[in-house]
Amino acid sequence: MSASITEHAPAQAHHHAAPQGWIRKYVFSLDHKVIGKQYLGLGLIAVCTGMALSWVMRYHLAWPDKAVPLLGLIAPRFAAGGIITPEFYLQVMTMHGTIMVFFVLTTAPFAGFGNFILPIQVGAEDMAFPRFNMMSFWVTFVAFGVLIAAFFVPDGPALSGWTAYAPLSAVGKASGPGEGTGQTLWALSIAIFCVGQLLGSLNFIATTLDLRTKGMTLMRMPYATWAWFITAIIALIAFSVLLPACVLLILDRVAGTSFFIPAGLVVSDALQPHSGGSPLLWQHLFWFFGHPEVYIAIVPSFGIVSTILPVVCRKPHLGPRVLIACMLAIAGLSYMVWGHHMFLSGMSPTSATLFSVPTLIITIPSAIVTLLWLGTVYGAKLRLTTAALFCLAFISVFVTGGLSGFFLSQPSIDTYLHGTYFVVGHFHFVMGVAAMFGIFAGTYYWFPKIFGRMMNETLGKWHFALTFLGVYATFMPMHWLGLTGNVRRYSSFPSDYMHGSLPLHRFITFSALFLGGAQLIFLVNLIWSRFRGPIAPANPWEATTLEWITTSPPPFDNFGGVHPVVYHGPNELGVAGPRGDYVMQTDPPAAAAAV
Amino acid sequence: MQESMSPPSTARTGVWVGIAAITMSFAAYSSAMVIRQGPVPAWQHFRLPNVLYLNTLLLVISSATLELARRRIGGPFDRLGRVDLARGDAMQRRMRWLYVTLGLGIVFLAGQYLAWTQLASQGVFLATSPSSSFFFVLTAVHALHLIGGLGALTYALRSLRGDDGPRPVNVLGAAALYWHFMAVLWVYLFVILALWV
Repeated sequence: MSASITEHAPAQAHHHAAPQGWIRKYVFSLDHKVIGKQYLGLGLIAVCTGMALSWVMRYHLAWPDKAVPLLGLIAPRFAAGGIITPEFYLQVMTMHGTIMVFFVLTTAPFAGFGNFILPIQVGAEDMAFPRFNMMSFWVTFVAFGVLIAAFFVPDGPALSGWTAYAPLSAVGKASGPGEGTGQTLWALSIAIFCVGQLLGSLNFIATTLDLRTKGMTLMRMPYATWAWFITAIIALIAFSVLLPACVLLILDRVAGTSFFIPAGLVVSDALQPHSGGSPLLWQHLFWFFGHPEVYIAIVPSFGIVSTILPVVCRKPHLGPRVLIACMLAIAGLSYMVWGHHMFLSGMSPTSATLFSVPTLIITIPSAIVTLLWLGTVYGAKLRLTTAALFCLAFISVFVTGGLSGFFLSQPSIDTYLHGTYFVVGHFHFVMGVAAMFGIFAGTYYWFPKIFGRMMNETLGKWHFALTFLGVYATFMPMHWLGLTGNVRRYSSFPSDYMHGSLPLHRFITFSALFLGGAQLIFLVNLIWSRFRGPIAPANPWEATTLEWITTSPPPFDNFGGVHPVVYHGPNELGVAGPRGDYVMQTDPPAAAAAV
Repeated sequence: MQESMSPPSTARTGVWVGIAAITMSFAAYSSAMVIRQGPVPAWQHFRLPNVLYLNTLLLVISSATLELARRRIGGPFDRLGRVDLARGDAMQRRMRWLYVTLGLGIVFLAGQYLAWTQLASQGVFLATSPSSSFFFVLTAVHALHLIGGLGALTYALRSLRGDDGPRPVNVLGAAALYWHFMAVLWVYLFVILALWV
């Protein structure tokens, strides 16, 4: 441990003693580091499941008449002989979207890395409420189990998409296979998930506000911690609205209420016994959560990139205050734009304009942040580690996805593009892949701290190169498909005007399989490095923030019984310090000045 | 260094954050109600059971008794920040108002249950009409949150018995903050229910 840590009286005594026994240590652990790893593990299982589901969809889109290999064996009840029905396609699509958005893009970058790193970066021994923290993970785990259980009920999972639009999602079995028990499990799972994330957000906010160590002023907090803190505020508000929406949806389904079901609705030739509900109400409640959810997925990656870039560039981050202000502005604006998902819902042109304008305004702080990253990289002697490469790739896909957002934010253009693959390409770049690249960057950067071993950089670079190629080959052509009018959520286009797009669909499918194959390199690297990687020193990247003053991995109480005192911001890079071209946050001012 | 003699009350911060979340959640429920009520012809008004007026009064009084309890328990402290038992009343006597608060909270819940059974006997159930759906959902969700408040107060009571340091006083302060919020939230819900259902 670095000698520069100065002891001071703890702001808060440690809440709990080191656990004894395997169950308390690794399963029902109160330790934020174990909980962070549990979240990352859940994310890894979820992302593999979600990716496998996407292959089923891609295979069917490319070869609509052929049986999907192995599927007949794995899911004989739904796809006998591997043949996919339109209904099963929608079920797979719903599960892919739900798993990826909730259990990967929310859990890994926010709950996973945030849990492990945030308390250490602010110099705390643990989260403010360790019991709530443990509950947060296990509640989320139960939510995942409930969602996956839908594969094992007679009609299978829901088919109403990850947005579960009412009244399709509200009327029950009448609206299709999977809309019985499967859809109820979906709503229940998401409601439970909301509870888990609310408990997590509560912890993130209270820990950041109350448990910062001496000298760790808000402006000295590392950018990743800022990003998790801001994300927690967004998540707290967003999930507080999605939870009531799910409760009302469940009541419509099981208790006969009519919150979202209008009068006189006929589904599958049967008049529904409901009256007076508003399907649009679901859309409003859902998107009031749904748009901020995009930022719950992406803002942690902002923080991860802003934390890694100065370290690999060996110079300070450009405009740190502007960066934080922009993240706050994005968080605020994210609550004023939900209606841009509903341009086609029949809203008045005036309302559409009112939602379009803040959507365009939100591009300003996003563009400023991008320029700050580019300005930080400009003229730097870049250390091209795998983490650095994924940061640069993050900027690339964020800009690509952001540019297509310009088009979609305008109601007149969105009217044409909304139901097409253009939107699929857009959100996979800006939300899916960008956040994934943030997760990859974070993994390569913090793996040594989390597991005490270095990852293999050669494998990492191969993983990066193939993933980058695969991502553009998979999602870029979707924009073109969309412009030609290729609608999304259709299971096949065998004999109509979209038949001509089949060759491009096949190219996308090959690319998606290639992209998935490239992830095997990552998995191999993870497993090999975990057990056989070279032992990691305390600070392998010569970074400045607090997680690097402690051992890799950190001890149970993070800093071995002492409490760090912070004298500097996280940005002291490219300066003469006691150990080289950087000053760590805990280096005493005298030592730094003496150099 | 004695700088951390009165540690920041993370419990209090936690409750404030929780209040923000619960406020958002009830804002969602009540805006849903306002939107539903507008253009819907099926919206049927019904008379709220009279017992709700009594319940409202009880919950507001419970907030006052909790404040009495908190002031008696919260001070005086000795030099180290511990509750000074030598000064002031015996702890057991000082906690009397806390028991009264808990009792009033339980009576409130019983009163809410009575209101539901009264409506049910008139044939007004959860799925009867959009207005009854919102009535039952809002009162039930509030009751669930209030049960959480009872749990928090009981937890505070137990820690006050077992620990004479500043921590239980902080816990009580946080629980009290939550309880007051529950009372304010109920008054808000009662007003919008009285106006709309």
